[in-house]
Amino acid sequence: MRLRRTLPALAASVVLAATATACGSSGGGSEGESTTQELKGQTLTVAAVWSGTEQENFKKVLDAFTAKTGATVSYTSTGDNLSTVVGSKIEGGDPMDVVMVAQPGVIKQFADKGWLAPLSPAVTGAAKKNYAGIWSSLGTVNGTQYGLYFKAADKSTIWYGTTAFQNAGVQPPATFDDLLKAGRTLSDSGTPAFSIAGQAGWPLTDWFENVYLSQAGPELYDKLARHEIPWTDPSVIKALTTLGKVFGDQQLVAGGGQGALQTDFPTSVQQVFGPQPKAAMTYEGDFVGGVIASELKKQVGTDAKVFPFPAVDGGKAPVMGAGDAAVVLKGAKHPEAAQKFVEFLAGPEAAAVWAKAGGFISPNKAVDPSVYPDDTTRQFAESVIDAGDAFRFDMSDQAPAAFGGTAGQGEWKDLQDFLANPSDVQGAAAKLEADAAKAYKG
Amino acid sequence: MSLRSPRGDRASGGALRRHRGLALLFVLPALLLLGALVVYPIGYSVARSLFDATGHRFVGLDNYSAAFTDSATLTAVRNNAIWVAVAPALVTAIGLVFAVLTEKIRWATAFKLLVFMPMAISFLAAGIIFRMVYDADPQRGVLNAAAVSVHDTFTDQPSYPGARPRPGAGLERAEGGDVQASAATGTALLPLVGVQPGALPATARAARPAGGDGVRGTVFLDFVPGGGGHPGQLDPGKKGLPGIEVQLRDGARTIATTTTADDGTFRFSAAPSATTSVVLPAADFAAPYRGIDWLGPSFVTPAIIGAYTWIWAGFAMVIIGAGLANLPRETIEAARIDGAGEWQIFRRITVPQLAPVLGVVFITMVINVMKIFDLVYIIAPGPVQQNADVLALRLYLVSFGGGNDQGLGSALSVLLLLLVVPVMLLNIRRFRGSRS
Repeated sequence: MRLRRTLPALAASVVLAATATACGSSGGGSEGESTTQELKGQTLTVAAVWSGTEQENFKKVLDAFTAKTGATVSYTSTGDNLSTVVGSKIEGGDPMDVVMVAQPGVIKQFADKGWLAPLSPAVTGAAKKNYAGIWSSLGTVNGTQYGLYFKAADKSTIWYGTTAFQNAGVQPPATFDDLLKAGRTLSDSGTPAFSIAGQAGWPLTDWFENVYLSQAGPELYDKLARHEIPWTDPSVIKALTTLGKVFGDQQLVAGGGQGALQTDFPTSVQQVFGPQPKAAMTYEGDFVGGVIASELKKQVGTDAKVFPFPAVDGGKAPVMGAGDAAVVLKGAKHPEAAQKFVEFLAGPEAAAVWAKAGGFISPNKAVDPSVYPDDTTRQFAESVIDAGDAFRFDMSDQAPAAFGGTAGQGEWKDLQDFLANPSDVQGAAAKLEADAAKAYKG
Repeated sequence: MSLRSPRGDRASGGALRRHRGLALLFVLPALLLLGALVVYPIGYSVARSLFDATGHRFVGLDNYSAAFTDSATLTAVRNNAIWVAVAPALVTAIGLVFAVLTEKIRWATAFKLLVFMPMAISFLAAGIIFRMVYDADPQRGVLNAAAVSVHDTFTDQPSYPGARPRPGAGLERAEGGDVQASAATGTALLPLVGVQPGALPATARAARPAGGDGVRGTVFLDFVPGGGGHPGQLDPGKKGLPGIEVQLRDGARTIATTTTADDGTFRFSAAPSATTSVVLPAADFAAPYRGIDWLGPSFVTPAIIGAYTWIWAGFAMVIIGAGLANLPRETIEAARIDGAGEWQIFRRITVPQLAPVLGVVFITMVINVMKIFDLVYIIAPGPVQQNADVLALRLYLVSFGGGNDQGLGSALSVLLLLLVVPVMLLNIRRFRGSRS
């Protein structure tokens, strides 16, 4: 009796679900008929990790493309597992047309698997014209350019509380020695200089990379990133020693090394910009601004300011960061429209759309700095553009994940141990080398 | 279907065979399921452990030798040993105490419910709760909040926590943190820095040189808001530090004690000599007590075992309580009549009679503890994860947590299996024993 009553209900719901799916798929295909331009009627699929605000802003870029060419663009957010999602789509015979990829290592991995189509000459030409050569080479695997970097991030930025600086009477320093001096003056004034997110691990790798890039120079940086020189190299020892001047000075680090190891990233920002500041500065990338504005309700540009990571030992001031590149998948259903879309991303027009919305900096030289909504963002964009070919991609993002991207092991763990015991430079270098050797071998 | 009596089975061999076939038919789905879900994965893990990370190259026993030479894996083995040695015994003992106690109190049901409740919480949630309980910041971690408030009840609050002498101004930081300055000339300046904004009392006035005879001087905040001034000197804009204890010493002997005035000045009537010095005791500058670093490298495993005990003690209590309820009362009553005390009854009668139940709880806990994963994964913060590592977590991290070396991960899982099997066999034998 009971079973009989449930069965029709079950059947009905199955039918309903089927209709819903059918409606969903037919609805997707029948749009974009009102435009009368060259790519009219084509539906391009684009995938990226972005969600939330970033997704909304990226969709504005997609809308601009639709308005220009008439092609419909559907966007999929892949979540954090971009490689897995893309891989399963390709194996399922239904690849997206364009995917936004962050790390150069992932572009290489995709290219090695034969998943990528080379970018068209129109795109590479536009890239050559509008971008510093480093960006094209980041998207190039074995001499073929597959990726076009559309979005950049600046990770050579030190954020400071303006009140703490005013109290201590210090100015944003231009050299690393001045930074140490300013830090000591700040701690004399009663506010420890730095809040370091030691519990997180990755901020420590970024600290090291900035010091190393400025002190050892971009060539050695590239070699270390490819593990062509060992982590026991004298240049690494020197950079660790320099870093130890900050990490090892109890006056400079809020809570000392032990306190820093208990500080996660949001806490480190809060210690500087929270209601009761416990430190004057925190080093991390441009994204700190978002945390300050959204979670701590402070004004970026007045309460919180930023200065570029200072030059170390007479080197050039480092500009280190990250980015997101567009790649076209092999077997894309609309290869021509996909290439046109990437070409569109390579132009200043697309970048301006997102730049106006905020939270975006473009590595494109042709983008007018006046489109950025505030001075701080403009400052980041200009430092990335000004760095030109000296810009370097985050080293730990280029390393195998076991070394540069996993909590509690590899570079993260070794630098945390170094933070706990900054006097043991040789020991730290030896451990880094041992872990790197293991990870790069695999 | 009708059931036949055992005697009927024995009656004819043909029927027995037919019954075997029928039994096999009924068991087959379970066998298939067990084969697919247990036997095949074990076999695959063993095979996989003989290949390298890519899974294409046969490496023999290399993964096993790697497991035994890797210091991280050895730490995990050591931690597993600590877990097995401590946690099951602790859980069983606490469960036993609770079970015996709940027999005697009036609100036994409510108490049992309360102790059993953590079992209803997922390990993930319990892990997150304890991550917060153990947080080092006394503002967040309840344990450290308690530790700090107890500590602060018994020690005086420092008036200027974290303050320190201006470097290069002739002040020494003696052993133990006392600030010492020579007063051979009769006057001493004691410039301090690092006073937290807001720690300066409202009564503090501009620092000035101390007047009068004897040994005298000024303790002042050697910092002008906005910077500037001359380090170590009494400049306009620098404030005196009121209420700091000053000791007058001759050599190592304390002669007199006073406190500073609102402008930071102090004065002793004694005449200065070559060995006279003034000392600010360290207690006034001690950095605030931060509590215990529960999740530091040395305490993290005991801390997680504590969380584990919190969850499982209720389970042990309920099982042991059930065993307790089934105990024959006669022996206890006989003992009581013979004049045995409660402790004697507990030790000589209750515990021996409960031994089988205690054994079951203990062995269940041993097996459970060997594969402990979630609590360690959630509670241990990144920097000490390796210090808290256990085999199950290690094999997950090696296989999927960045290293992606499923060869080594499989080798670890086989090792874990080998460790669990003897305890399993013991358990099976116990079951057999109790059935017969």
